[in-house]
Amino acid sequence: MIQPAKPDLVTVNIDGKEIAVPKGTNVIEAARQVGVDVPHYCYHPKLSVVGNCRMCLVEMGMPAVDPVSKAPIMDPVTGKQKINWIPRPQIGCATYASQGLHIRTQTPQIKDCREGVTEFLLINHPLDCPICDKAGECMLQEQSTGYGRGYSRFIENKNVKPKRTLLGPRVVLDDERCILCSRCIRFCKEVAKDDVLGFIDRGSYSTLTCYPGKALENNYSLNTVDICPVGALTSTDFRFKMRVWFLKQTNSIDTESSVGANTVVWSREGVIHRITPRRNDEVNDTWMADSGRLLYKAVAAENRLASKETLDALIASAADLLSDAEGAIAVVGSGRSSVEEQFLTRKLADAVKARVFLVARSGAGDGILISSDRNPNVRGALITGLIDKLPSERLDTLAGGIDSGEIKAVISVGEDLVAAGITPEQLGKISIVHLGTHASSTSDAAKVVVPTLTVFEKSGTFINQQFRLQKFAKAVPGKPGMHDDLDALSRLIAALGGASLPSDLHELWDVLTKELPALATTTYRTLPETGLLLDATPWSGLRFPEGETLHFKPTASGEGVKA
Amino acid sequence: MNLKPETLARIDEVIPHYATKRSATLPLLHLIQEDVGWISKEAIEWVAAKLELQPINVYEVVTFYPMFRQKPIGRRHIKVCRTLSCALMGGYKTCETFEKEFDTKRGEVSADGEVTVEFVECLASCGTAPVVMIDDELHENVDSAKAKHLCGQIKAEAAQRKT
Repeated sequence: MIQPAKPDLVTVNIDGKEIAVPKGTNVIEAARQVGVDVPHYCYHPKLSVVGNCRMCLVEMGMPAVDPVSKAPIMDPVTGKQKINWIPRPQIGCATYASQGLHIRTQTPQIKDCREGVTEFLLINHPLDCPICDKAGECMLQEQSTGYGRGYSRFIENKNVKPKRTLLGPRVVLDDERCILCSRCIRFCKEVAKDDVLGFIDRGSYSTLTCYPGKALENNYSLNTVDICPVGALTSTDFRFKMRVWFLKQTNSIDTESSVGANTVVWSREGVIHRITPRRNDEVNDTWMADSGRLLYKAVAAENRLASKETLDALIASAADLLSDAEGAIAVVGSGRSSVEEQFLTRKLADAVKARVFLVARSGAGDGILISSDRNPNVRGALITGLIDKLPSERLDTLAGGIDSGEIKAVISVGEDLVAAGITPEQLGKISIVHLGTHASSTSDAAKVVVPTLTVFEKSGTFINQQFRLQKFAKAVPGKPGMHDDLDALSRLIAALGGASLPSDLHELWDVLTKELPALATTTYRTLPETGLLLDATPWSGLRFPEGETLHFKPTASGEGVKA
Repeated sequence: MNLKPETLARIDEVIPHYATKRSATLPLLHLIQEDVGWISKEAIEWVAAKLELQPINVYEVVTFYPMFRQKPIGRRHIKVCRTLSCALMGGYKTCETFEKEFDTKRGEVSADGEVTVEFVECLASCGTAPVVMIDDELHENVDSAKAKHLCGQIKAEAAQRKT
């Protein structure tokens, strides 16, 4: 792990630029702050420092002092304190800032060092970039171009090693490409807490391997693919599918639990090809779970709902259906809807004077980046006023209302009622208007189905377990016959006699900031990519289900605070 | 793991010599190899559990050092020097004699499980080449005749042990 920031700042000089950094910051990070690139492979800001790639060599010097009197020795030419340069280069990743530290990264010696290290790394590296999945985002490719000598003097035969070892169900190893940086080993040990990888044998025979009989199959294994500085580890899902430079990157949020890991969705021509984590030091560092990377498959799933009718026709028939049941309508909102959708769901419930229910989803938390609350946005429902207490997993009150005849119609916003404990017989007794993305028992039983969009096809915000408001953006367009959730909800509200509300996200945010004091300080446009921490104190009495995860510790009262 | 009681005692004695348990990996592996003759997968897992490590951490060490054997060896370990001085003085012939006498190949365990013949790098006794080490005992000037004599001794000991 990187050294924790200490309050005492020290001044260091990197390539002639002075900067004050917390004591103990390493040279790579300090140089990054003054815009100096120190090339490196094995160093990763979120892993321990091992210093085995030797790429980050820099020249280091300290201000000269008289050995006896400790008085500074001045340089008569410049009039400044003389710098004693260490003749041999030092590795930047394990050199920590101290007062007066001087670093040079652009000297002939350092150029030679980088060329030498690059040459050694390339000796046994197959130059198969044209068929390598990492090409385009490969550190070795970039830094060989930037800091290598540009031609090879190696005329001997290269090592031959296995090209497709399955390390686990999702990760393939190409041994020839591996430069033995050990990032993946350290990740498994330090972050995933599943120490199965290691180097066996030695010298040029060194091979990354799992212990015989074990496999790299933890739910974080694909992070090793992300941090691999070369194409040695590749994802079975993404391997040989698409060139990375063709892909459009869209910032998104992982919806599998209330952790709200920040992600990047990589798409091309309306098709998503992969999801990778996005660095957010307050939420997920640079990691995400494997399970969250497969969620994009839902976009092109066979059971996606699509309608032949126009949205106007659908809303008209929904309004028609609901007008028969006036006063006996219930709204089932969702913890998977965005904040904006939940706000409109509340407005919808107000318009028809309906009781609101929400469905909780829970599962075992893994203590890293999956919490036990599997809804991404239950706190959004609290902030928007959709609910005032925590939801339960089963809609037993609603079931009772249906049985007693109190409730004759249900508007389900993206929830499957059968999964939440309503029996098919009970569904038969009521009229259902269902807004949803995928076919379910509820959409089958519904009289009106409004097909809506998945998180990848729309923009919006979620509020995670830390009460951090985070935004996601539309990565790919929805297919024909699918309708924007905000559009559908605002039209439904209008059709049922409610207030006219904008369906455009930015216009809706103007309403949100006015009506919800908690969101008064921001808008979708101005919300930082790393999110905004909201005030959680109004909800401190609630017992949230989440346990401890990365950067999150629940307090005694059940409320989470930032670790 | 079927270790002798004295090996177990030495293992328990050696672990507290180190500041961290992990550091005792090498001495433990040496002790086990001395006792059993080789490092099995079971031994790796036993050491890992003993030192509160994951098996992969021990496996890395075992594969790094060629002197840790990952396959069983015979009851006696015959190491014939193959480096220059011994090679010039007939080390190859000596090695072949051992192989023929025990009807085995270098690097393998003889059919009766009695010996493993290995052709090894310098044993540091070039002045008395060719040299052979049988377990921990150095034999000098081992020509074919002396090799046969040594084989006879080993066979006689084996026969005596069986009766």
